[in-house]
Amino acid sequence: MSYRAPLQDMRFVMQELAGLDRLASLPGFGDTGGEVVDAVLDEADRFASDILAPLNRIGDTERARWQDGVVTTPPGFRDAYLRFAENGWNGIGCDPEYGGQGMPKLVTTAVYEMWKAANLSFSLCPMLTSGAIEALMLRGSDAQKQMYLHNMVSGKWTGTMNLTESQAGSDLAAVRTRAVPAGDGSYRLTGQKIFITYGEHDYTENIIHLVLARTPDAPEGVKGISLFVAPKFLVRADGSLGARNDIRCLSIEHKLGIHGSPTCVLSYGEQGGATAYLVGEENRGLEYMFIMMNAARFAVGLEGLAIAERAYQKAVQYARERIQGTDIAGGKDKVAIVRHPDVRRMLMRMKAQTEAMRAVAYVVASAQDAASRHPDAGERARNQAFVDLMIPIVKGWSTETGNEVASLGVQVHGGMGFIEETGTAQFFRDARITTIYEGTTAIQANDLIGRKIGRDGGRALAALVQEMRALDVDLATLTGADAQRMRALLARGVAALERGGRHVAEQYGKNIRAVAAGSVPLLQLMGVVCGGWQMARALLAAQRRLAADGGDRGFLHAKIATARFYADHVLVGAEALAETVIDGGDAVLAMDEAAF
Amino acid sequence: MHIVVCIKQVPDSAQIRVHPVTNTIMRQGVPAIVNPYDLFALEEALRLKDRHGGRVTVLTMGPPQAEDALRKCLTFGADEAILVTDRAFAGADTLATSYALAAAIRNIDRDAAVDLVFTGKQTIDGDTAQVGPGIAKRLDLQLLTYVSRVEQVDIAQRRLRVQRRAEGGVQVLETRLPCLITMLEGTNEMRFASMDNMFRAARCAVRIWDREAAGISDVSKIGLKGSPTVVSKVFAPQARARRAELIEAEGDAPRDLALTLINKLFTRNPKLRDAIVAQPS
Ligand SMILES: Cc1cc2nc3c(=O)[nH]c(=O)nc-3n(C[C@H](O)[C@H](O)[C@H](O)COP(=O)(O)OP(=O)(O)OC[C@H]3O[C@@H](n4cnc5c(N)ncnc54)[C@H](O)[C@@H]3O)c2cc1C
Ligand SMILES: Cc1cc2nc3c(=O)[nH]c(=O)nc-3n(C[C@H](O)[C@H](O)[C@H](O)COP(=O)(O)OP(=O)(O)OC[C@H]3O[C@@H](n4cnc5c(N)ncnc54)[C@H](O)[C@@H]3O)c2cc1C
Repeated sequence: MSYRAPLQDMRFVMQELAGLDRLASLPGFGDTGGEVVDAVLDEADRFASDILAPLNRIGDTERARWQDGVVTTPPGFRDAYLRFAENGWNGIGCDPEYGGQGMPKLVTTAVYEMWKAANLSFSLCPMLTSGAIEALMLRGSDAQKQMYLHNMVSGKWTGTMNLTESQAGSDLAAVRTRAVPAGDGSYRLTGQKIFITYGEHDYTENIIHLVLARTPDAPEGVKGISLFVAPKFLVRADGSLGARNDIRCLSIEHKLGIHGSPTCVLSYGEQGGATAYLVGEENRGLEYMFIMMNAARFAVGLEGLAIAERAYQKAVQYARERIQGTDIAGGKDKVAIVRHPDVRRMLMRMKAQTEAMRAVAYVVASAQDAASRHPDAGERARNQAFVDLMIPIVKGWSTETGNEVASLGVQVHGGMGFIEETGTAQFFRDARITTIYEGTTAIQANDLIGRKIGRDGGRALAALVQEMRALDVDLATLTGADAQRMRALLARGVAALERGGRHVAEQYGKNIRAVAAGSVPLLQLMGVVCGGWQMARALLAAQRRLAADGGDRGFLHAKIATARFYADHVLVGAEALAETVIDGGDAVLAMDEAAF
Repeated sequence: MHIVVCIKQVPDSAQIRVHPVTNTIMRQGVPAIVNPYDLFALEEALRLKDRHGGRVTVLTMGPPQAEDALRKCLTFGADEAILVTDRAFAGADTLATSYALAAAIRNIDRDAAVDLVFTGKQTIDGDTAQVGPGIAKRLDLQLLTYVSRVEQVDIAQRRLRVQRRAEGGVQVLETRLPCLITMLEGTNEMRFASMDNMFRAARCAVRIWDREAAGISDVSKIGLKGSPTVVSKVFAPQARARRAELIEAEGDAPRDLALTLINKLFTRNPKLRDAIVAQPS
């Protein structure tokens, strides 16, 4: 069950595709030169593979447990968390003012990929904490920041996001938890939240909950929801812990996967009201959530990539060991299944899609750095537009693809893939949540066709298409069948994306139900073509490096072969997806609802 | 307490692969790492520092890129790093290497007296285990090889007690400071670098000493000139005809172990059962 971070590919993507060197010149990143980045990646790999990965299966079989409101995490998880915090991993991306390391998003992305690949259940706690930190950074008062942030950044306390209620999942406007002013500036919360990740646990002495709730005279719907902070133990002015707040963990869920991560039902105010403090202004909670949404959705998108990598490593290992059948080309010797062309096809599909997801995610991470740090306002805006457009792709496409790759991993194992001991079944089960939480794939696709394409008439997408086309000039300089094939299929894929996108932009205001019926296919189309774009860039970089005699030739040749595979087996599907986007809507809607 | 740890940068032999078809060694892209044995020495030194205070200086002789290996040691918590590098050192064998390192340690000692020198048991590329003892001899230090644990250090009395893995058992040895310890592998576990130390390491200036700065005047003792060792021949050992096989057993009860073994034998030789049955009793 071992895992090693794919450091060579990570570094290749960071340097060749995501502009790691450029980042160092952005203000605020001066300290994070190559040496720190190298050390951080190496050590994160050690921590992930030596400490977190071995706990992954224990988390699956031992599970988080609940008894009388107390949650016990699986054996070893607490110790691992304490070491994680002690070594300073919790705050690597956070503001140095509160004890963080302020590392670029690109670097934290690679590190997060490792945590998630090694142990998804473990990684969720720091992920949710950083979501809560971000909420407080964004709109918390100075007093709130001083009270909570230092301990949350260091990992002494953890954070949660309490959005979901039984009647309010995809539709957060339906939130009913009530927040009544107590007269002293604080509020009293009553209501029940469900599915709260790490809502209760035994890692730390305190848990800081960020909660969506409604004040008594709030308007109906999206404009009537406010954001509150409610600690498990109230914090006194001197920073010490006071009374236990009126928040109780009623139970934890029995789930298909991520068994190590407690998913909690939290009851607020059974004893009269949980003490909470308003974050920002009343009725603007959902608006704040939308600002933070990018980071959270991006982080979940990485989970698709991470599980795919883990499943791929496991499948390769098994395919080399498992002896079955003879070479189809002849010979009496029994061979390892990696010799069979179809097993190779599956492994290549896993590898190509994983590397494409990594390239897309890291490029978007780097754009997030430029969007927040670039000295030029125009560059910041350009990068932000790209990030906004791409977030539903990183979240939706990477998690859907992660599921496909995890499923292939089971298939490579044959019957053993279906048996739990092998471990690959766990990746398959764990992957399944990633297309659901933090907004289902449908919700990502709604965001894509609505806020990202419909609202601006397709301008951001057109700019992206243009940028992809610009690559053709460079691809044209390359010789060789691989480069030529990639060039041809990328051109066709980009044209297909343009057709699909234009259709959506034009029809959005006219025929919204048909457009919505093609929204997930459009999201897939965009993912497939973005992946192709980045694999084409990777092929280009690899050929240039080879020509300049720079680097590991084996790795670079493999990169070219992988890009070629992606073109022939994945990118080639773009045209079919475009047809579905354009013509498939009617068939979705034709049948009477009663006929299902 | 001032501890010097000698380390070496080596190619990561775990990542050298043999091409499945041509059977040639694939060196391409093999990263350089800190000699794994040296990390046990470094960890032991850092533990002594945790217990008794003081500082840890890491020292290496090597090409300019060996600085990376020193920086890695800084990320684990070493306080200072010194790279001894000069074209004149090229081609050094263990005699010349220990000469140069001994000179450097003498130099370090002049700044701040050295109480303890650590080296790894050996390197994974040279495998001689000679450099540590060579340094001890040249500096007239007490020498403790194959140490598995430093039990106790009495700084006031300037004494130290260690456990040494010897054939057939463990020796407990006591000696006086200053001394040199060559550390056995697998005896501790290298700590994880903290984020703070990683940043500190990146900012820390590694001190670079050339031949003169290292205090070496006699060039006949270093580099190729100072190296009497001659590699007369390199050959691959003949593969032995007999093959060993590892049989994995399920469970560790003697009965299960025996059953696994017997089952294996019977499946391997389908005629064995009949042969045994056919035997006159
Ligand atoms: C393990 C786990 C951990 C979680 N952690 C947290 C957490 O920490 N904090 C938190 O607040 N929540 C958390 N959640 C909740 C999670 O975010 C929601 O489950 C998710 O947003 C989906 O909401 P729902 O379950 O109500 O599904 P529903 O909204 O009922 O969706 C059901 C189906 O309908 C589709 N659908 C719904 N609305 C639309 C629409 N408008 N257009 C198209 N399709 C639509 C969905 O795509 C889905 O396929 C967690 C959930 C799980 C299972
Ligand atoms: C729940 C369960 C119930 C089962 N029930 C029964 C039962 O009742 N009776 C029974 O006899 N068996 C049963 N089986 C066994 C089942 O039929 C085998 O698992 C299945 O045939 C695959 O064989 P395998 O597991 O050895 O996989 P392998 O043959 O090792 O396959 C591993 C991978 O290699 C690929 N591969 C192997 N050979 C080739 C080739 N020549 N060319 C291309 N690709 C190849 C496979 O497609 C697969 O992806 C069961 C298995 C399970 C998991």
